[in-house]
Amino acid sequence: MNLLRIAIKSAKFRRTSLILTIFTIAISVALLLGVDKIRKESRSSLLNTVSQTDLIVGARSSPTNLLLYSVFRIGNATNNVSWETYEHFAEMEEVAWTVPISLGDSHRGFRVMGTTTDYFDFYRYGNRKPLVVDDGQRFDGVFETVLGADVANELDYSIGDEIIISHGLVSADFAGHDDKPFTVVGVLAKTGTPVDRTVHVSLAGIEAIHVDWQDGGRSSVTLDAEQALQLDLTPTAITAFLVGLENRAETFQVQRAINDYPDEPMSAILPGATLAEFWRTISTIEQILFVISGFVLVVGLLGMLTTILSTLNERRREIAVLRSIGARATHVVSLILLETLLVVVAGCVAGVGLVYGLLVLARPMVARRTGIDLAITWLDSTQLTIMFGVILSAVVVSLVPGVIAYRRSIQDGLALKV
Amino acid sequence: MIDRAAAVVCLEQTRFRWPGQSNDLIDIDELTLQAGEHLFVRGASGSGKTTLLNLLAGVHTPTAGVVRLLGTDLAELSASRRDQFRADHIGVIFQQFNLLPYLSTVENVTLACAFSARKRERAAESTEVKTAARNLLSALNLPDSSYDAPVNELSVGQQQRVAVARALIGGPEIIIADEPTSALDTENRDRFLELLFREAEARSCTLVFVSHDPQLAGRFTRSIELRTADDMPGDAADDAVGASP
Ligand SMILES: Nc1ncnc2c1ncn2[C@@H]1O[C@H](COP(=O)(O)OP(=O)(O)O)[C@@H](O)[C@H]1O
Ligand SMILES: [Mg+2]
Repeated sequence: MNLLRIAIKSAKFRRTSLILTIFTIAISVALLLGVDKIRKESRSSLLNTVSQTDLIVGARSSPTNLLLYSVFRIGNATNNVSWETYEHFAEMEEVAWTVPISLGDSHRGFRVMGTTTDYFDFYRYGNRKPLVVDDGQRFDGVFETVLGADVANELDYSIGDEIIISHGLVSADFAGHDDKPFTVVGVLAKTGTPVDRTVHVSLAGIEAIHVDWQDGGRSSVTLDAEQALQLDLTPTAITAFLVGLENRAETFQVQRAINDYPDEPMSAILPGATLAEFWRTISTIEQILFVISGFVLVVGLLGMLTTILSTLNERRREIAVLRSIGARATHVVSLILLETLLVVVAGCVAGVGLVYGLLVLARPMVARRTGIDLAITWLDSTQLTIMFGVILSAVVVSLVPGVIAYRRSIQDGLALKV
Repeated sequence: MIDRAAAVVCLEQTRFRWPGQSNDLIDIDELTLQAGEHLFVRGASGSGKTTLLNLLAGVHTPTAGVVRLLGTDLAELSASRRDQFRADHIGVIFQQFNLLPYLSTVENVTLACAFSARKRERAAESTEVKTAARNLLSALNLPDSSYDAPVNELSVGQQQRVAVARALIGGPEIIIADEPTSALDTENRDRFLELLFREAEARSCTLVFVSHDPQLAGRFTRSIELRTADDMPGDAADDAVGASP
């Protein structure tokens, strides 16, 4: 019978109070690991919103603002980019491809984006994943639309349905382009990016619905869809465009050329760098969560300390018996330490179990709702460090009851104060 | 006549007082016990009986003088070596609550070997440690059915006999018992003493037995009385009163 077996049996004997402690530790560990997991998943999903695009170009604005409206469809561009300017840069020899985008309209709360079919060829997200048309095909005609997965899903649209696009971002009936409905011709596969919540139409489509609008109001002359098709639907302006370069090494050079363009104030941003910067500003929320989880852990450890301190009295006899058979004072400290270790390791195991259990349960739901495929991976080094930290702090905490028990056992000797 | 070299227990000018006490609680000029001797230590509550046992067990060290067991001066050992000495050479029986409630009866007995390789080896000389424990329990009239049962199912008398088995296992030279019968009724007490003496004699253990009950003195080969400073100013201990028939 060694000390570890004695510690295990003794702890089992007093399991009721210890199980509660294990539970609190498990919850703190689960919280810490969970927050870490969420942070990593949201970070990677954010950073993976757009990939393989070297530059995003729009009218002069802050990089974050440009990123937000062009990639996340949040907020608005303050200015447009003229079609001439777009064409100028699209024809630069360093530029391999461009995808123009035109924003400003919406459909029942979802943003409408005018673009070209190049979008489906060149837009990449995640680890260079291309967009896939799950159902149907790409738009071809002016009044055709391809829906993001969430749009089709939430509004219950399928191929062949007709939708009305509202002017501006409020979905009020009076601002509808109700005379020019769009036919759903394709639905994209889920990406876990804002693409899922976007209604895609051609640039000509955007142009067509605006031909009889002027300065945000409907002009006196109205044109129906047939008449609109007769017009030249080349846009005069777009909101922004994505750029892929022939040679990535020229990124900064091209960026400078765009930023210094004399004819029109422009901004070109590197999506990766801007995303990372954007992440830093929003990750404070995760850091706060992390700190809160840390406090939960402190509470858990204090709870454990209280429990162990309160068991010291009832363990006094046990310790005197062990001393009488030759246990040294250091054995007494070890006994307390071992008990703490048992509790905290059990707590960690239970916490990890809790996290993985929740992960497995939440995975299909998260994938369905956000398109993020939660990776179920073995604990990484941060998480192992967290656990190691928890165990280490528990051991440090347990030195308090350990030293108290040590002192007492020296003072008590073999005397059992009954 | 006293053969000090062969003595199992030898106290010389042993004094002990707790910090803050103005008189010596323990003041024993000379006390020598040979192998197999049974000493009865009598004294009122607070007279220092438990303190004396703690000195013998090496848990406390005397303020002055010598405690020599089996030729070893305990004061010369470090605290952890004294603990090891106790683990190897001494068996201890308390008044009550000798047993760990989370261990079975047999485990409570073999527990004595947990910190002592010497006891482990000696217990397992002819058989397994567990079997040795069972044999002891059976010699102490404990029913077979209780061996693997939780100890809190035993009566107080039985629990005290389990404590004797634990003190005896591995053949320590010295058994010290701190009022082991005070929680027992007369019948159980007599049975307990009979079995304790029988097993201690069979192993020529030296026994130091403490009690406030003077009735028991007659059964021991020797007896001393501890007196508090209040009882008798000056010498606090009345040395070695020969009480053998
Ligand atoms: N750990 C201790 N610290 C200080 N004084 C103690 C301690 N243990 C016992 N004493 C004192 O020593 C005296 C003798 O105690 P003890 O040896 O337990 O007596 P007995 O066992 O004969 O009842 C008591 O008066 C008690 O107050
Ligand atoms: Mg006492």
